Amino acid sequence: MADNDASRATRFVERIFRDDGGRVLATLIRVLRDFDLAEEVAQEAFAAATEQWPRDGVPQNPSAWLVGVARKKAIDRIRRRALHGQKIAEIDVEASYAIDDERGVEDDRLRLVFTCCHPALPIEAQVALTLRTLCGLTTEEIAHAFLVPAATMAQRLVRAKTKIRDAGIPYRVPDADVLGERLDAVLAVVYLVFTEGYAASSGDALVRRDLSAEAIRLARLVVELMPEHVEARALLALLLLHDSRRDARVDASGDVVLLEDQDRSKWDRAAIDEGLGLVERALRETRGRPGPYALQAAIAGVHAQAARAEDTDWPQIAALYRVLARVAPSPIVELNRAVAVAMVDGPEAALAIVDALTSLADYHLFHAARADLLRRAARPAEALAAYRRARDLAPNDAERRYLDRRIGELA
Amino acid sequence: MQYMLLIYGAESEWARMSDAERGKAFAEYGTFTQDITKSGHMKHGAPLQPVSTATTVRVKDGKTVTTHGPFAETREQLGGYYLIEAKDLDEATMIAAKIPGARHGCIEVRPVMKIEGM
Repeated sequence: MADNDASRATRFVERIFRDDGGRVLATLIRVLRDFDLAEEVAQEAFAAATEQWPRDGVPQNPSAWLVGVARKKAIDRIRRRALHGQKIAEIDVEASYAIDDERGVEDDRLRLVFTCCHPALPIEAQVALTLRTLCGLTTEEIAHAFLVPAATMAQRLVRAKTKIRDAGIPYRVPDADVLGERLDAVLAVVYLVFTEGYAASSGDALVRRDLSAEAIRLARLVVELMPEHVEARALLALLLLHDSRRDARVDASGDVVLLEDQDRSKWDRAAIDEGLGLVERALRETRGRPGPYALQAAIAGVHAQAARAEDTDWPQIAALYRVLARVAPSPIVELNRAVAVAMVDGPEAALAIVDALTSLADYHLFHAARADLLRRAARPAEALAAYRRARDLAPNDAERRYLDRRIGELA
Repeated sequence: MQYMLLIYGAESEWARMSDAERGKAFAEYGTFTQDITKSGHMKHGAPLQPVSTATTVRVKDGKTVTTHGPFAETREQLGGYYLIEAKDLDEATMIAAKIPGARHGCIEVRPVMKIEGM
């Protein structure tokens, strides 16, 4: 083989690893029913490809080749571990239809999504396992992103894998009667990965932005695998619309820039256009009964459509929050609704809503929002007290600096 | 795989029931038991005597310590169990959700450890 053919083959292995590594791993996990074994032999198969493809040429069906090689290596290992013939026979039968058709491979990834986001696993473990197996992040990367020691994260992953094996958590798409709630659990994991990256509440901002990107990639995967599910598409829309503001929401010194003060020319138009297209389609398809993600995406979409902060269609946003409060009632939704109501009917109308939300008494944004309303209602003494309470509860420096500025203006 | 479905509920509620209510509750369990027997999931099952009849045994430094009562005082008590055969946790959970007690208390689903020769 000529040198440039060989280097092309090497690049091809790298590309396959990046694009299809997840698919190969998903199929191996199903066939072997063992996460660790699947990860080990997948790595070995890619190593073998790096060595053989530049020399012998790229096989016709690279993914099938990789799964085949990995499977042989797994059987060798199982034999070495002196397990019985029964386990090997099981693998052979499964593998015969494991890798042939493209649809089967897609199904494997979908199965794995539901395994990783199984409600029998603690939510932190669902998130970690999803990032590890579906996104291909290393244990160290996940640990770093969630600000826990690598050893803690490794142990979390081991416990999750052990429970999957010992409790018989299946590799399959749930039955129709529970599919809806199980998909909600999957979407909750994706959303959590995103907010963890978006909040940048602490830690290395760059790594955490990567989490937002991973969440969007995961949302795309779920949409691709379950194209008929409207809420999955609505979630993707919501993430894209929020992420479109990433360059405008923090200033050069790392301070939070409020939506109304953001330089809207820094918003990512491509992400907004894609998000708006998805949310319009989601609203159309739900025919007047939109789910919580579709409603939140619609709200983000109204903001995205305003060229200037003062152009924002607040009556529309207040109306959407009213529907959201009915579909998915929560004090946080009420707090956001109050902010929209203030823009339409003035701060006193909003304060009437906010003052009823006693369950949020320990939440800094509750006091910050209430302080803003009091300030606009020309009640400076109460506003100052509320800002101070918010500052005491604020979880990070950026928010404390913002609140200090507000306090300075009033005091 | 085999799963143990442990039924937790407030014993006091059984005591408060009228005879008619208790009869209805037993009938519901009868129907459920027949259903999972017919579907081939049932291995074994039984209601338990109240926790006041329980004894806890633990061996400490080679000495057997026997105490009265259940392991821990809680609002809900273990009141009965089913041992079932199910293909995976999702199937076991689906069956557990049909146990009448799941509506008032909760069902703990525990995989049974498989040990060769046992």
